[in-house]
Amino acid sequence: MTIISKFKAVALSAALSLSVALPAAYADEQYFPLQSYRVGPYAAGGTGFFGGFIDYLNLINTRDGGVNGVKLTWSEGETQYEVEKGVEVYERLKSNPGVAAWNPLSVGIAYAMIDRITQDKVPLITINHGRTDSTDGRVFPYVFPLLLNPYSETSGIVNYIASKEGGLEGLKGKKIVVLYHGSPYGKETIPIYELLAQKYGFELQQIEVPHPGNEQQSQWLTIRRAKPDFVVLRGWGVMNPVALKTAAKVGFPVDHIVGNVWSNSEEDVIPAGDAAKGYTAITTQASGAEYPVVKEIVKTVYDAGKGNLEDKKRIGSVYHNLGIVNGILNVEAIRIAQEKFGKRTLTGDEVRWGFEHLKLDPAKVEALGAKGLFHSINVSWDNHEGEGYVTFQQWDGAKWNVVSDWIAPDWALLRPIIEKSSEAYAAEKGIKLRTAEDADAVSTN
Amino acid sequence: MSALATEFTVAPTLPKWAAPVLVLIIAYGVVPFVGTSYLFEAILLPFLALSLAGLGLNILTGYAGQLSLGSAAFMAAGAFAAYNFNLRVEGLPLVGSIILSGLVAAGIGIVFGLPSLRLRGFYLAVSTLAAQFFVQWALTKFSWFSNNSSSGVIDAPTLSIGGIVFSGAAGRYLFSLTIVTVITFLAYRLVISQTGRNFIAVRDNETAARIIGVPVLRTKLLAFAISSFIIGVAGVLWAFAYLRTVEPAGFNLDRSFQILFIIIIGGLASIRGAFFGAALIVVFPLVLARLGSFLLGDIFDSGVLDMSQRIVLGALIILFLILEPDGLVSLWDRIRRRLGSALRLTRR
Amino acid sequence: MMADFDYLFFIEVLVGGLLSGVMYSLVAIGFVLIYKTSGVLNFAQGAMLLFAALTFVSLVERGVPFALAFAITFAAMVAIGIAIERTVLRPLTNKPPITLFMATLGLSYILEGAAQLIWGTQVHGLDLGIEDLPLEIGGVFISQFDIFAAAVAAGMVLLLSLFFRYTRIGLSFRAVADDQFAALAVGLRLPLIWTTVWAAAGLVALVAGLLWGARLGVQFSLSLVVLKALPVLVLGGFDSILGAIVGGLLIGASEKLAEVYIGGYFGGGIETWFAYVVALAFLLIRPAGLFGQKLVERV
Repeated sequence: MTIISKFKAVALSAALSLSVALPAAYADEQYFPLQSYRVGPYAAGGTGFFGGFIDYLNLINTRDGGVNGVKLTWSEGETQYEVEKGVEVYERLKSNPGVAAWNPLSVGIAYAMIDRITQDKVPLITINHGRTDSTDGRVFPYVFPLLLNPYSETSGIVNYIASKEGGLEGLKGKKIVVLYHGSPYGKETIPIYELLAQKYGFELQQIEVPHPGNEQQSQWLTIRRAKPDFVVLRGWGVMNPVALKTAAKVGFPVDHIVGNVWSNSEEDVIPAGDAAKGYTAITTQASGAEYPVVKEIVKTVYDAGKGNLEDKKRIGSVYHNLGIVNGILNVEAIRIAQEKFGKRTLTGDEVRWGFEHLKLDPAKVEALGAKGLFHSINVSWDNHEGEGYVTFQQWDGAKWNVVSDWIAPDWALLRPIIEKSSEAYAAEKGIKLRTAEDADAVSTN
Repeated sequence: MSALATEFTVAPTLPKWAAPVLVLIIAYGVVPFVGTSYLFEAILLPFLALSLAGLGLNILTGYAGQLSLGSAAFMAAGAFAAYNFNLRVEGLPLVGSIILSGLVAAGIGIVFGLPSLRLRGFYLAVSTLAAQFFVQWALTKFSWFSNNSSSGVIDAPTLSIGGIVFSGAAGRYLFSLTIVTVITFLAYRLVISQTGRNFIAVRDNETAARIIGVPVLRTKLLAFAISSFIIGVAGVLWAFAYLRTVEPAGFNLDRSFQILFIIIIGGLASIRGAFFGAALIVVFPLVLARLGSFLLGDIFDSGVLDMSQRIVLGALIILFLILEPDGLVSLWDRIRRRLGSALRLTRR
Repeated sequence: MMADFDYLFFIEVLVGGLLSGVMYSLVAIGFVLIYKTSGVLNFAQGAMLLFAALTFVSLVERGVPFALAFAITFAAMVAIGIAIERTVLRPLTNKPPITLFMATLGLSYILEGAAQLIWGTQVHGLDLGIEDLPLEIGGVFISQFDIFAAAVAAGMVLLLSLFFRYTRIGLSFRAVADDQFAALAVGLRLPLIWTTVWAAAGLVALVAGLLWGARLGVQFSLSLVVLKALPVLVLGGFDSILGAIVGGLLIGASEKLAEVYIGGYFGGGIETWFAYVVALAFLLIRPAGLFGQKLVERV
């Protein structure tokens, strides 16, 4: 009965939508094309992140009637985390009116889009990931690795380990092993760890785990022989639970393993079972459903049956909260841009200007109902990362618990290295460095 | 064999060069002016690159009978070689880098083709996987290949031949089209030459081939070299013209399977087969996705839809293998013959 | 240099490698069963493994007792085996092996899609009740779980050999494996044998899926473990269960030793391709693998 009635409803709505499918440009709308992935090896992360993002957009529409009356819309295209599918979805969705920003949550897809979105003048948000040197807004005007780029992550992790050893001086003579995924992503931080090891005088060994990482016996035996004080896990997908399990197997203490930002979710620890108890990982956004904004999403969106997550237990999980924070940052960028350009549908370049003035101090974050969820952000025209703070969470077998203060990475140390890399890129591609005046020239179409 | 036989059947009404010429006239004269950016970027560019890769594999598997699962590795080798030649050799024109990159891929193909001298069938297929994993490992491991870019991902250079810059989606389409046309023509000449006949002899019966004086070992390695050359150039198109970026992970085992699918579904030992197969492999999932979300998008969320599509795709592949084991080419020829005889009947 | 050679550590790596090899063998056996009778490399083995493990773990999470969940999953795998025989293998009889191989790839799409459609894409932990803690034997640390896995693998191989040696179906299986046409000529029923073999492969997939699932978590990546089994098959021969076992041990031990002792010279991470190098080097000496049947060329 249900299926038949559903089909009837669909047939009816299809007939209706066909009859009114003419350009429906009634009120002002701002559109988010979503290159989501709900199938394939990384589906668990994709459903959480895009679920949280959509939930937040839904909250803004339902509670506030959009951003200053401008309704938020979106549609999804499945990428399975594959680059060419991401490009196809990009080509399919880019001609929709009022595109605000792209949020692929995939390094590979983001790379393939850099040239294209720069030409289109639409921002590309790579929250917590993406290429480090796109932090430099002089070279990458439309790319925003918001909150945390890989170098800052490295610095944050080392600062955290230092706090366990009684300050940065305590690192001297300590031994740290970095276990990284055998991919460009995994290798990206090798030089930064080397630099920090030199600067703070700790001994460093970096060990590669071949993709996909479902066998790590030899790596962990090597680690046990090296007897490091800490192991940093720079993992991805199935590599994470296997690392934790194999660590237990060779008897390495789990509370001396620190995970990076792609080794920090429930999906990374649940498969490892008891072996994950006591594991700590970095994050830019705390998990849990106790934050006012998450509660409001539950009340306004889920209780009305419009929630995006199928499994309500996942509300407040790491990826879900990352999606919510991503939603906050996108919406606030639009709001800031609207104050300058008017409360209407903005062009991609206007939204870009909004992102470049995205300054949310802790007081503002609290007003948004996200106190404790994330710390603050301070994006400018030449710093597209925005000085995100990090915190560390420990897994207790059932949930993550915050175990540190908000920690600031050493941005001043990293900036010259980032600029060197981005300037080399600019030279290779023949890009003229942008100035503050260029950033203020906004295209309105 | 039947696919091969149909290759030489003369069309009932037109001379056999007419169809390709007509296709080329449309491809050069009409498509660039009417195509949308979606058509180029999401359909034609991947179609051209994959057709070329399929063509390369078809020479090895379809004509010479050597099964390979390492195609994506040769694509990767080609893409990264072209990037490095372009970057490091001052004044080398793009065509030069492309040819050199094809040669590099051919060299790697010969090395990984060496097991074919002793192995056959699935043993050979699985051993070509060594190429798959080794090349990917080497490209990730040694950052020299990606010009020490911190992220290991490289950007494609501007495309230009003889001073003409091919920019924009339509330009990159014309660039790919030209390369694919030239190589397809050369491949066609190859398979009707003595070398092509040697390939087929080795495929059909190695011992008999040896008896009639075909140098079997050299022929096999030559097949690997030529096939890898073409697949390597396909890799360049994939990276430079289509995605405009390359990361080693994009050339994984799934890509190799995809290329194998193309020649099986299109038709083994047929030049046209690679194009038919690539068209199906590129377009079909898109149609399925559109259709699915149009018909059922309101009932199910996109995750459910996509998993259902995966099931449907798998089922259709099996169905196709059962109903049309000789590939789209033989289906096409049957349709054409029917049409031809129908035409003749009406004329009478 | 040799003076500081740490023998205990060497033995530990060696034993760890051998035990990892057993896990590869488990997956490889599933391939061998089907290759022997149908002459096809069944690439859907990984998807079957995923399907079995996901079904099992989802049932257990819904409160079904362990044994019952095992029985239900096994029944499901048998049903899938029968369905595959009816809808895929039978219509493709006498088609070239490469067509069959492609069909199994299509099959893997169906199984992966169906598994995730029915049970969702969430990752699951799987606890078989065996703690994976190191056990010290004479100064060498050995994982309890690995020993358990080895025991299960040994038990399964024993079970399969008994089945194929002493039952009527098993004997027919061996006849088919020896010579399909002769078997047909003496009136053996191929469909029944195929069905039985696919069901047996389903059981192997279930056992391997549980053991690997306990180690990796039950998730999509589980289907990738087939890549570990392929070099084992090349080394051991596609058609020999004994070869799969010995090949697994050899590959497991040599890749672990290589990673620890020579990986450093290459910058590490060489395991994925080193296994193939070992297999290929061996094949240059013996083209049909360790225990594979010698290829006979008939003119």
